[in-house]
Amino acid sequence: MKSKRLTLLLAVMGMCILTACGSEQEGENGEVVVYNWGEYIDPDVLTSFEEETGIRVIYDEFETNEIMYPKVEAGASAYDVVCPSDYMIRKMIDNDLLSEIDYDHIPNAKEHIGSQYFEQSREFDPENAYSIPYCWGTVGILYNKTMVDEPVDSWDILWDEKYADNILMQDSVRDAFMVALKRDGASMNSLDEAQLQAAKDALIAQKPLVQAYVIDQVRDKMIGGEAALGVIYSGEAIYTQRENPDLEYVIPKEGTNVWIDSWVIPKNAPNRENAEKFIDYMCRPEIALKNFQYITYSTPNEGARELIEDEDIKNSPIAFPDLSQYENLETFSYLGEEGDALYSELWKEVKSE
Amino acid sequence: MNKKTLAFPYIFWAAAFIVIPLCMVLYYGVTDKTGAFTLENIVTMATAEHSKALLLSIELSLASTVICFLLAYPLAMMLTGMNVSTHSFIVLIFILPMWMNFLLRTLAWQTLLEKTGVINSILGFLHLPPLELINTPGAIILGMVYNFLPFMVLPLYNALAKIDKNVINAARDLGADSVQTFFRVTLPLSLPGIISGVTMVFIPALTTFVISTLLGGSKILLIGNVIEQEFTQTGNWHLGSGLSIVLMIFILVNMVAEAAFDKEGDGASL
Amino acid sequence: MKKTLRSLYIALIFLFLYAPILTLIVLSFNASKTRAKWGGFTLNWYRSMFRNEAILQALSTTLLIALLSALIATVIGTVACISMQAMKRRNRAIIMGITNIPMLNADIVTGISLMLLFITLGFRFGFMTILLSHITFNIPYVILSVMPRMKQLNPSIYEAALDLGASHIRAFFKVVFPDILPGVLSGFLMAFTMSLDDFIITHFTKGPGVDTLSTKIYTEVKKGIKPEMYSLSTLIFVTVLLLLFLVNKTPAEQKKKKLQMQQQGGKL
Repeated sequence: MKSKRLTLLLAVMGMCILTACGSEQEGENGEVVVYNWGEYIDPDVLTSFEEETGIRVIYDEFETNEIMYPKVEAGASAYDVVCPSDYMIRKMIDNDLLSEIDYDHIPNAKEHIGSQYFEQSREFDPENAYSIPYCWGTVGILYNKTMVDEPVDSWDILWDEKYADNILMQDSVRDAFMVALKRDGASMNSLDEAQLQAAKDALIAQKPLVQAYVIDQVRDKMIGGEAALGVIYSGEAIYTQRENPDLEYVIPKEGTNVWIDSWVIPKNAPNRENAEKFIDYMCRPEIALKNFQYITYSTPNEGARELIEDEDIKNSPIAFPDLSQYENLETFSYLGEEGDALYSELWKEVKSE
Repeated sequence: MNKKTLAFPYIFWAAAFIVIPLCMVLYYGVTDKTGAFTLENIVTMATAEHSKALLLSIELSLASTVICFLLAYPLAMMLTGMNVSTHSFIVLIFILPMWMNFLLRTLAWQTLLEKTGVINSILGFLHLPPLELINTPGAIILGMVYNFLPFMVLPLYNALAKIDKNVINAARDLGADSVQTFFRVTLPLSLPGIISGVTMVFIPALTTFVISTLLGGSKILLIGNVIEQEFTQTGNWHLGSGLSIVLMIFILVNMVAEAAFDKEGDGASL
Repeated sequence: MKKTLRSLYIALIFLFLYAPILTLIVLSFNASKTRAKWGGFTLNWYRSMFRNEAILQALSTTLLIALLSALIATVIGTVACISMQAMKRRNRAIIMGITNIPMLNADIVTGISLMLLFITLGFRFGFMTILLSHITFNIPYVILSVMPRMKQLNPSIYEAALDLGASHIRAFFKVVFPDILPGVLSGFLMAFTMSLDDFIITHFTKGPGVDTLSTKIYTEVKKGIKPEMYSLSTLIFVTVLLLLFLVNKTPAEQKKKKLQMQQQGGKL
């Protein structure tokens, strides 16, 4: 009797699995494995790419550059396209993990991406040989106007005891130290022992005031009114304002991080050709526009910006800020293996406090 | 056909996927990036940031083990006291949440404890001040107790169910009061169940990184988090392996202790 | 008086165990996205969950891995049990000792050890690596549930079958197998359950584009809680409840057995 029931159960499970498997299809032109930030693409774009090219997209997400790097380095997960930030691209170039871009196969890149962004990329990719800009932006403070009455213009407010348990910090080494270093007027690429110790002590002093160290959750928590202040990437500002009009984004006066996230192709990419097709597709103005409207991160794609109909957004100081009016803007640079180790050591000390 | 050859698939499997991987952890743990022998990865457990994380893990997992025990023991006694027709149903009821995905159970508590979560909404509705619940050590202990409580209830229940009623009656006949009977007879006889229950709550609680991430807001670093981050973020496998070896020592000690105690009883499970 | 107290205590623990699950179920029908307000009854989250291909994909991967790993583990484990009967005591003790390792070790250590192995061997992370890992931690549960049955077996029956002219294989399936079948079945179910519930080991051995429900929920929760997760929880809870009634409490015994085995594990 019992075994009859079990057989029934197994049969049901088997059916579920068979029907589930039936829905999975191989792309007729192979596949492309994409490794991107969480919530960093319009899912419809992936579908339309699949339909147009017959290439199946295998899509995987990471939360921070630091999580992405060991996976690509280990080589056990072979990705075709990855989207790291500036300093991480440098690290990948230095460790010989990337293959050179063949611009002939990605004609849309040079045609539509603004040249100033390629210029900016030279800081970490001197020859523009390895990376094609996808998004860019700044890091700033997102605050809830109903919970903060004073003007917000400095990183200092993140140390204000009035806002204890109402502050969200970024849960990644470099971003957290950037805030502390900039507040002290130091460079966010500092390797100076004393500056770093001071930054570490500041972060430890701040810890009791912090509600949580989060990454992608910042936006949902800020929209939900769970915190008054949060360190956030500029791209989230437009989206969060749309969902909750009480939110306001500022770039603190001490300066901040200007970053670029770019597409790269790892050396061990199994589907190089498809990777090129994918990047080229992403560089099309109408596709870049779709992505911009979905993720609201500033696009370096001039063609896409031209297509924006809403004049307010087209000239929005948040989406497309005029960087010349800010001081002390910097881009992260790769600090070498020892620098990395030092930062993660100090970060661990902060977190275990 | 020799029967012994039939074991080859499993022996091969065990060697390839149990023994060799563990040897690799050991190897990585005692070497540095150049492959030279070093004990630094193990000794580093003594540095401030690692020992703090380890001590905190021990503290929180001990606390949750004790709470689990205090909650589960009376419950297990009550369950054994029930009549047979209801108790299998009741036992089922207590196991049911275990089949819910472990992450969904933790998510449930996140929903309840968050600043604008269910509990605080109810408090606000009653015009009471909100409580700071999430991202505290208390929230993590709560998550551990909730997730691992059934692992304590069942072994205790099994051990208690096996105690011969006549032994307890004999104690009473010989003049022991109920407190004496409990401490002199019931408790010692359930010891094997206590030990298995404690092990099964303590080890997963000690090494968890999920509960501390979801209910601790990444503010609280447990040793499980440190090891996980060494592998997934810092990419220092040598350090991560070294720290894992230290954890394995803990587990080993626990196993030896369990084996030693078990000689006295016949095992709750048999 | 004592009885009321007793019922009260059981009710309280019951509340502690089920209140969170109940909350999830209620919220899965809440039209308002924020948890603080009740915005009316809706089935929208269920609709969008069923349209969410990633979740459905994860569900089918989870079931497929659980089924395959439980099947393979059952075959390997049962075969191993048969041959271990014929072994010397000492060899058997060694093998049983090794068998216990994955059950007693911390999941995180098992996970990273397998990750290191796969990377060294140059395996590509994906479905296969998850499957191999799940088979590995499933085999011990099968062995420990088949072994006791095996010990109860009377070897002379098998020999009698051989004497009467049956081949080894025929003798096995006609005589031995029916006797150990309950052990094999419970081993299979246990393996299936363990595979369904695993997160940590999968977390370390999964590759791009392959997610089990556990890893999917983890990434979703880290991005922020979506109401779809509530409907998923509700559905899983209801399914489990139904299945339990369907197989008439057998699994309750399984989970209990699993616990018992872990206890035995330390002793063998």
